[in-house]
Amino acid sequence: MRTLVQTLLASGFFGRNTPYDLVAAIAVFVLSAAVFLGVAFPFAGIVSWVERRVWARIQSRVGPNRVGPNGFLQWLADGVKHVCKEDIVPTDADPVLFKMAPYLVVLAFVLPWAVMPFSSALILADLNVGILYMTAVTAITVVGVLMAGWASNDKWSLIGGIRSAAQIVSYEIPAGLSIFPVVLMTGTLSMQGIIRAQGWAPQHWFLFANPFTFVAANILFISALAEGNRTPFDLPEAESELVAGFATEYSGMRYLFFFMAEWGNLFIIGAIIATLFLGGWQFPRVSNNPVVMNVLELITFNVKVLFLVFVSMWVRGTLPRVRIDQLMTLCWKYFVPIAFANMIGTAIWVAIWPEGNPVAGYIMFAAGIVVAIVFIRRVVFYAKRSQMELYYYPTI
Amino acid sequence: MYLNFGVPLALTVIGIGFVALMFGLQKLLAPNNPYPRKLIPYECGEPPTGRAWINFNVRFYLIALIFVVFEVEVAFVYPIAAVYLDWVRRGAALAALSEILVFLLILFAGLAYVWVKHDLEWIKKVPE
Repeated sequence: MRTLVQTLLASGFFGRNTPYDLVAAIAVFVLSAAVFLGVAFPFAGIVSWVERRVWARIQSRVGPNRVGPNGFLQWLADGVKHVCKEDIVPTDADPVLFKMAPYLVVLAFVLPWAVMPFSSALILADLNVGILYMTAVTAITVVGVLMAGWASNDKWSLIGGIRSAAQIVSYEIPAGLSIFPVVLMTGTLSMQGIIRAQGWAPQHWFLFANPFTFVAANILFISALAEGNRTPFDLPEAESELVAGFATEYSGMRYLFFFMAEWGNLFIIGAIIATLFLGGWQFPRVSNNPVVMNVLELITFNVKVLFLVFVSMWVRGTLPRVRIDQLMTLCWKYFVPIAFANMIGTAIWVAIWPEGNPVAGYIMFAAGIVVAIVFIRRVVFYAKRSQMELYYYPTI
Repeated sequence: MYLNFGVPLALTVIGIGFVALMFGLQKLLAPNNPYPRKLIPYECGEPPTGRAWINFNVRFYLIALIFVVFEVEVAFVYPIAAVYLDWVRRGAALAALSEILVFLLILFAGLAYVWVKHDLEWIKKVPE
């Protein structure tokens, strides 16, 4: 950032007497706007189309395929439709809170992009409190959702809002506790620092560093799905029981912003997991040209994140919704104690091997491959069996 | 350093500005034709029975209370976790480990207390 500002000043574009701070402020603002409008906003739109296509594929349907090639421009059409919809504020609602809620939800979706580590050089701000900042700003969502549910003065919205608040705050505990193993092993909170402590090869990722981090990664992913109100934890907006949950009274753009934030949060969930456990942008050093390296790292990071986004869509298309008592039991009776044990286990592991145990990485990676093979074989087996059933009993 | 912390500020301004711009656009493009029947709260087509600001289940309140205890704990563990590796490298592994263990075990006693009191169950059985 500093070198960029000095290059800008030296190029003479701003005139000779422009103060350094002004140029720096302009650069920060323009870059932030570029990341938001160029990455975050289009991603949230495009992923809504991708998700609908993926579900359609899982459920043997076609999905949106009319607007643009293969329906690619569906998200723009949806946006235009929502802009042209009438904006209704119910008479009984609290107008100030009702209008403020979408701002807070969008804010919780925009702020994490400040510490998003796209590559070794492409990061808006490598804050030294990176991961703490990430957990802090994503938690703003709960305020917005609770505000929306309460201000609507509608029974569906109220139930959806308080359910969502209970769910998000509960799952923040295991999520927070599952971040600690990585912090204990690296001794830093900065996103780039955590990625630099890992290697490009899978046996050097923190996912396979020791048995505790493997469990922590899984708990963090499931908790993040619950925090993002994703199926199987989509109780706050359960269509079949709560109409649209906290968004029942919203229409037009206000409604769209809630769901833009939800889809955009998929990238943030994926980025947190990829940074902490999957080696982030780490790529073998094949070139000394920094531009080539950065492009390769950008691609690596995005492949990892988009794979996790796809997994969350897959989960949403496959699993049924859980009940609220099951949700709370899973969180408080299983995830919180296991996450505690993980943290203590990692602390002991680090005390014994401060620089990490290289053999453990290989063993864990081999075990991970075995688990993946067993899983794929199961999927193939059941896919074949259901095809056979369809072949022999086409009427069921 | 202040440059880095300017980024969240810039993103806040951009996010709020973007939402406000879209609402302005909607005001220009969308029809606006409110009438009283349209503005009543949605209750599946029936006229609403009373207001929605009612007493809700006390379980949600208890969950929020337990959350406050543990979230504060998570916030306090961050600084210890960040310096833990330094302590281990300086040979003070046992001291750091025992400090973390004592702190976590006291907190875990809190969870065990809530658990024993059956406050983690969604439907609490009142003893006879």
